[in-house]
Amino acid sequence: MTDRISKEDVAHVADLARLTLTDEELDAFTGQLADVLDHAADLEALDLADVEPMTHPLPMRNVLRPDVVGETSDRAEVLACAPSVEDEQFRVPPVLGESP
Amino acid sequence: MSTSERTTARVLASEIRSGARSARTVLEEHLAAIDAREHEINAFNLVLADEARIVADAIDARVAAGEDPGPLAGVPVALKDNMCTRGVPTTCSSRILEGWRPPYDATVVERLVAAGAVVVGKTNLDEFAMGSSTENSAFGVTRNPLDPTKVPGGSSGGSAAAVAAGFTPLALGSDTGGSIRQPAALCGVVGVKPTYGAVSRYGLVAFASSLDQIGPFSRTVADSALMLEVIGGHDRRDSTSVPGPAADLSSVLDHGVEGLRIGIIEELSGDGLEGVADDVRARLHEAVVALEAAGATVASTSVPSTVYGLSAYYVVAPAEASSNLARYDGVRFGLRVDAPNAGDMNSATRTAGFGDEVKRRIMLGTYALSAGYYDAYYGKSQKVRTLILEDFARAYGEFDLLLSPTAPTTAFPIGEKTADPMTMYLNDVCTIPSNLAGHPAMSVPFGVGEDGMPVGVQVLAPASGEPTMFRAAKVLEAAAPDGHPAVGGKMAGSPAGVRHE
Repeated sequence: MTDRISKEDVAHVADLARLTLTDEELDAFTGQLADVLDHAADLEALDLADVEPMTHPLPMRNVLRPDVVGETSDRAEVLACAPSVEDEQFRVPPVLGESP
Repeated sequence: MSTSERTTARVLASEIRSGARSARTVLEEHLAAIDAREHEINAFNLVLADEARIVADAIDARVAAGEDPGPLAGVPVALKDNMCTRGVPTTCSSRILEGWRPPYDATVVERLVAAGAVVVGKTNLDEFAMGSSTENSAFGVTRNPLDPTKVPGGSSGGSAAAVAAGFTPLALGSDTGGSIRQPAALCGVVGVKPTYGAVSRYGLVAFASSLDQIGPFSRTVADSALMLEVIGGHDRRDSTSVPGPAADLSSVLDHGVEGLRIGIIEELSGDGLEGVADDVRARLHEAVVALEAAGATVASTSVPSTVYGLSAYYVVAPAEASSNLARYDGVRFGLRVDAPNAGDMNSATRTAGFGDEVKRRIMLGTYALSAGYYDAYYGKSQKVRTLILEDFARAYGEFDLLLSPTAPTTAFPIGEKTADPMTMYLNDVCTIPSNLAGHPAMSVPFGVGEDGMPVGVQVLAPASGEPTMFRAAKVLEAAAPDGHPAVGGKMAGSPAGVRHE
């Protein structure tokens, strides 16, 4: 393990990714992520200034279709997958403040 | 072991279509095989015995009425549990999809059913297809049918094990960095990653969208060809789907390799730090001799940038995964862990729902895409993909096909690599370059290692090169030193009553 990524960095990305880590997990993940980033350090030696990034494996063009309504999912079936619904909408806890 | 377990999908379908055997009988034989060993192997997250019986009876009724149910009539198939099945739980072996029943079928499922296949179950995988051993599942480890103390490989380990154990003659997997080919090699079966876009991804739960591809597992090369012909071809519901019908593979299977030029990729066949075990290299060299004996010209060749494949992959795949898996927020499907406000509910749900490997990759990807690091990691990795594509293009100017081991070693013991993720990732070193380039590649069983466990040889082809790739695979299958380890006997000229075409 190196100092390629710090515990603070890992805590920050965990927060961005909406994951909560215990102190033990934070230590373990920091070491493991550093190992992977160390391996990826072999890319640093490459001179890639004149190389185009690949955006798609095969040459492709935009795929367009006529702007007409096609088959869609059934609303009741989709809502039935959700943990909580009300009036044909997904129900979530308050976004601002807290539920009583 | 019953005859059925040893029979190919092609033979089964032809017997069922002609009325010589009933789909129901064939199904019951396979369900009996599952009953006998599934408690030990744990290949399935879900066995759909009753549903399959209804489908098999319907196939038999159609045959009795003079109809043709299709090229896979009555053939039992298993689906990796990251492919959507309407009304049937689809878990990705993750707690976070607990209780979810997709409201639609994946395109591959529709096509299999339309061809007469009988879906018997959903197979175990590393959670969200992230892993190389099927040890990262929320529903327990899958064991290698050839030695239950060993891993089956991964992430499609359940599908590989199902085929190797004789539970089904065919199964579908998905391959993002080797997740079909590596378990195929470790379980001694055939596994194919098609050209990116050759098989629709509609209804495949996304891991890394620019790399993911669905493909077949089977005990014979011809059966994988048949399955790929059924599931391939354009699908308007997948915007990355290649236009046109599926390639015809069956009619070229026996064309041999006379006159073909085949290159061994030096960088993936050596004995360096990320090198290949001696017994695996020995089988590769025997495969070369077999291809030469069949009339191919084989030579070593360098594809230099493939050595950067692993590093680029473990940036690109986690980056795409971190974005794709943002959808699991406890709002629209699957698990919700309640909390007083929405943000805490999102975090509590994701923290409880994802396993460690998924969390690791989400964080790695989030980091690689975050401000200040994007160019150093993601941007650079996408450029490395261009280098790999260019190196492959140069190699394919000289060679029709390329060759390497599928995996650096035979199947390893359960638990051996779980503590060190980077060691686990090295399993994928030979398979990753084809995903980064969008090219097809397949693993063919070719003898065994010193431990008696199967070795796979990987045949790589340029985009849409499946017909030539399958010709070489067929030659390797016929020449394999120990025949087919997974079904306990030689397929060619077998004294054990194995039926084949």
